[in-house]
Formats: sequence, C-alpha cells, structure tokens
Amino acid sequence: MTMDRRSFIKLVGGASTVALAGCAGGPAVSSGAAAEIMPKSGRRVVVIGGGYGGTIAAKYVRMLDASIEVVLIERNRQYISCPFSNYYIGGLMKDLTPLTIGYDKLAADHGVKMVYEEVTGIDAAAKVVATKGGTLAYDRLIVSPGVDFRTEEIEGYTAETPSLMPHAWKAGEQTILLRQQLEAMPDGGKVVISMPLTPYRCPPGPYERACLIANYLKTQKPRSKLVLIDANPDVVSKKPLFTKAWNNYYNGIFEYVPGKKVTKVDAQHKTLVVEGIEDHQGDVVNFIPPQRAGRIAVAAGLVGDDKNWCPVDATTFESTKHKDIHVIGDAAVAGAMPKSGYSANSEAKVCATNVVALMNGKEITELSGINVCYSAISSSESISVAGVYRVEGGNIVGVPNSGGISPVDFSQAKLEHVYAESWLKNILTEMSA
Amino acid sequence: MTRRWSVWALATGALAMSAAAHAAPPTAAMLANACGGCHGTQGASAGPSMPNLAGQSKKALVEAMKAFKSGERSSTVMGRLTKGYSDADIVAMSEYFSKQKPTAYAQAVDAKKADKGGMLQEKHCGRCHVDDGQDFKDDAPIMAGQWLGYLQIQMDEYISGKRKMSEKMAEKVKHLSADDMDAIAHFYASEKMGETK
Repeated sequence: MTMDRRSFIKLVGGASTVALAGCAGGPAVSSGAAAEIMPKSGRRVVVIGGGYGGTIAAKYVRMLDASIEVVLIERNRQYISCPFSNYYIGGLMKDLTPLTIGYDKLAADHGVKMVYEEVTGIDAAAKVVATKGGTLAYDRLIVSPGVDFRTEEIEGYTAETPSLMPHAWKAGEQTILLRQQLEAMPDGGKVVISMPLTPYRCPPGPYERACLIANYLKTQKPRSKLVLIDANPDVVSKKPLFTKAWNNYYNGIFEYVPGKKVTKVDAQHKTLVVEGIEDHQGDVVNFIPPQRAGRIAVAAGLVGDDKNWCPVDATTFESTKHKDIHVIGDAAVAGAMPKSGYSANSEAKVCATNVVALMNGKEITELSGINVCYSAISSSESISVAGVYRVEGGNIVGVPNSGGISPVDFSQAKLEHVYAESWLKNILTEMSA
Repeated sequence: MTRRWSVWALATGALAMSAAAHAAPPTAAMLANACGGCHGTQGASAGPSMPNLAGQSKKALVEAMKAFKSGERSSTVMGRLTKGYSDADIVAMSEYFSKQKPTAYAQAVDAKKADKGGMLQEKHCGRCHVDDGQDFKDDAPIMAGQWLGYLQIQMDEYISGKRKMSEKMAEKVKHLSADDMDAIAHFYASEKMGETK
C-alpha cells in the first residue's frame, strides 16, 4: 500500500500534523478534524474488535470473497485471551505468552487491513466509524466489542477500584495483578471472589477460577480460605461437576455462598457489601462487576430495551436497531448460545457467511453453531460443556437431545485436560493465522 | 436488461433481509465451519491432541462420526456434539473435510521410534493404511501427517479396550507390543502430508 497523505497524517498524528500539512502546502488539517483513514474505493466491511469474534469474522469474509476489502479496527497490537487466563491466575501457566496473539499473519495471509485505533463512535446513517485517528466508511459493519462493566450500579466503585480489587475479567494487566496479589498474600489469608447475576461473559469462568485459586491455596498456602460470593441463587454452569470438585478437592479451603448480590464496595478496606448490609472482607478481593455490551455498542445505540445487550437477527446477526450493522460475540443476544469464546468464533463464521451473501445479493444460510468450553478443576483435570445450535422460529436454540456436560464421575477429566490445551492452540491459531 | 437485473437483485436482497424464514438450510460449509474452533480452519488442526480432518477419507470420517453418535466409539465431547446432527449432515461435513487441502503442522517425533515404526507398519498395517499411511483402503483413515498426541491417545484406547478395533485390525495388533504401537504412531506422525505449516 502506498502511503497517501492522509495515512501519513494519521501516523505522525497530533500537533505536528498541522505544521507538516502546512509545509506541504495543502490545506491545514487540525488534529480534531475527522480525516478519513483509508478512503473507500470498492466494497468494504469494517470489523470493530480483534478478539474471539472480530478476528474470525474478518478472516472468513476475506476467505469467502477476496474482492471485499476488510478493515479490522483494534486498539491493541496484541490480544490476550480471557479463556485460560485462570490457568495463569492459579499458577498453572508461567506467563501470558500462550494466551497472546498478534495480527500480522491475519494481515499478511488474508489481506485483512489492520487499523490500531480506539473507536469513538458509529454514524449508522452515514455508515462511517469514527476513531481517535480518523474515520472509516463501510458498506457493512461487524461489531464485536466484548463486554463493559456496569460499575455505576455499585456504590463506592471508582476508577481506582480495579487496581485494588482486580476484576481480571478482561485478560492482561488485571490478570497479572490478581496473581501478584495472591502471591503476596501470606499463608492463612482470605480470598474473596464476587460474581454478578447472569448474563455475564463466560458462565463457568468464575467457578473455574474458584477451583484454580483453591488449588493454588491448597498446594502453596494451605491455611488460607477462599469464598465465592455468587449473586445468582445457584451455580449457573456445569453445576454437578463444579460442586463435586469443590467437595472432593477443596473441602475445608473453599466456601460457596450463593444468592448474595454485592451492591457496594470499599476498595481501601478490601470489603464488599451485600445488599447494603452484610460485609465480606478479604486479603485479596476479586470483584467481577455486572456487565453489558462493550462501550461502543452502547454509544452507537445497538443495545435493546434492557440497555445492556444487542438484539440481532438469528441468521445474519444484523442488529435489529441499525441496518447494515452486525453484532457478534458476548455483546449480542444470541438465544441459547452462551457468552463464550467458542460461541463468538462460531457466530463470527455464520455472520461472515451471511454478510458476504447479502453483499453479493445471494441467498442467506441458516445458522448452524457449536459451543465447546472446557474448565480446569485442578492442575491435571478439566470438565466440559458442549452444544449444537440451530434456528427455530427466529430464535437460536440448542438441538434437542444433543450437547451437555462431562460425566460426573470425572472418568474423562484427565483426557479432557489434554484436549483443552489443543482447544486453546487451535482457536487462537484460527484467530491469528 | 441491466435495469431488470438490478430490480431482481433488489427484490431478492430485500427478501433476504426481511426474514430468516427465507434462509437456505445450513450448507456443508456452514455445518463444518463450526468445527474449526477445535479442529482448525477447514480441518487443519494446530493442536497436538486434535486430529487433522483436512483431506481425510470421507468414509473414515462418516464412520467415526456415526460411531461417536451411537456411542459405539468412546469420546469426550464428540458423542454429545454428533447427536446434534442428522446422518445427512454427517455425510455433508465428511465430504467437505475430505475435499480440503491436506495440511500438517510441523511436529517433533523420535527418529529412532519412527524408523522402527516404519518397518512394523509395512507388515502389520500397510494392507489397509496403504502407501505408508498416505492413502487408505475401505474405511481405514489416512494416517500420514496425523498429530502424534492424537495417535498416541488412540493407540492407548485400543490397547486398553476403551476403543474397539475392527476384527482385521485386532488380528494384526495382537502381534504388536505397546512399544511397537507407539513406534508406529511416531512413524505416521513423521510422514509429510500435503502442505506443511
């Protein structure tokens, strides 16, 4: 790609842009003006978010029709997977390298054009995405923004809270911080995890985290305690399996406290307050706030009546709020498909298939989707949930008499632990190569 | 003519937009794409315990999925997943994967074991897993370039009886030790197949 003046302006950015533009004799461009990043010549799909959904949508649109230009906007140069980040927190992974991918091969092998910018807005009528570095026009937009936190519902929650009480629900610095706090805690300390009401990202994630932190305490700090405070009335995912793991492996270390919704935090004193009255204090507090669709989906008016999640067509994943904008992954309301990394991968392929069909005036194809999700229960055993999905009466439903969880006797748990590692390898390779 | 064409395109476009009811039933690609999260894009697996499906024999894939579905072959998630598909879906997915370009990721094998396995397989396996496992006869799968981790799990399951062998395979395997089986796995994993990544 030859560097045109506009992309040059974007690269040098900021205040110096004005002076340089002036020297070149062209019209002065202020840093606040919405300069176009890459002028659109042919047909273009723009994808927002380079995670489990966005990377796959971008790649599959290119695989299905290389005449469509695909621009993937992502704010970070590297992506760190949330699935398996509990391995790192529990000390089963020495660093985040196995969870980290870049975008170079997606660009080189599939011709996906990367724009590393923060999206600031979407103009659905003009079909333009605004970023801090300029604008991008699209024919169709695929939004895969993940989740954001509804911290305004929690009394006392400030910008500083996550640095004292990490959520570690977006992988990266927060993941590292939670492990550091666990490592710094003396033996005999107390760890508290708090999880929100459904729906939230990764239904089994908090329960897996409880297993792996309990496993760390059992092996490294055996006089310590762990409490999981669940806002839900009961375990919402893989219940018989997690319950058995807690009873069999972590009895005496771990306590499960259901039906307790945290409404207030006091980060300085590492204290959570349930329904305004009951205090839970810990030496390490992992507070996972309630969630909604990623910020950009909310700002662009893609959320439904609940103001939290994005309603979509079950076949095309096109937003029911705005034409030509599709929403996939955790942010979307995808019927029976859970908010998991594998669902996002599967939804992205369905969405890409139908985006390409719509752009080519071809017939769209009904969804066939899968979710496969492993959770580690110890350093050598994992359990799984699997599901097959299709559309019935306009809704995504699980195919009857299929799917389900691992056998409760743990007879496959060692084998599933091995398969889980290949799951990670394959899904991250799909996203990055 | 041009005008009529554009009117037609608009009309069908509008129909497609209006309701999911006008969507075609899932194609083979739609069905198979969903498998890629675990088996790799178009069945080219990057995970050492997940088998490559790209370029595999259609017949072997159909047999495997039907055996998972009926419970005849033991599995973890595959039994639960295959129950979500009709026999026609299974045939469509198998055909799709069989037509994909074989791709094998580079993997480390023990050269000594692979040499030993190479000699053993010719006598004991080569009648069905023909051409050093690069091709197949009847319902036997292609073995060449398959992941070592996956092959070792299968060998263990055959030896323990968790996975049942066909009569003709059982007849051959009774002359082989566990070490022999492992050597054969190393040999097949060492074989180049299609594009190497």
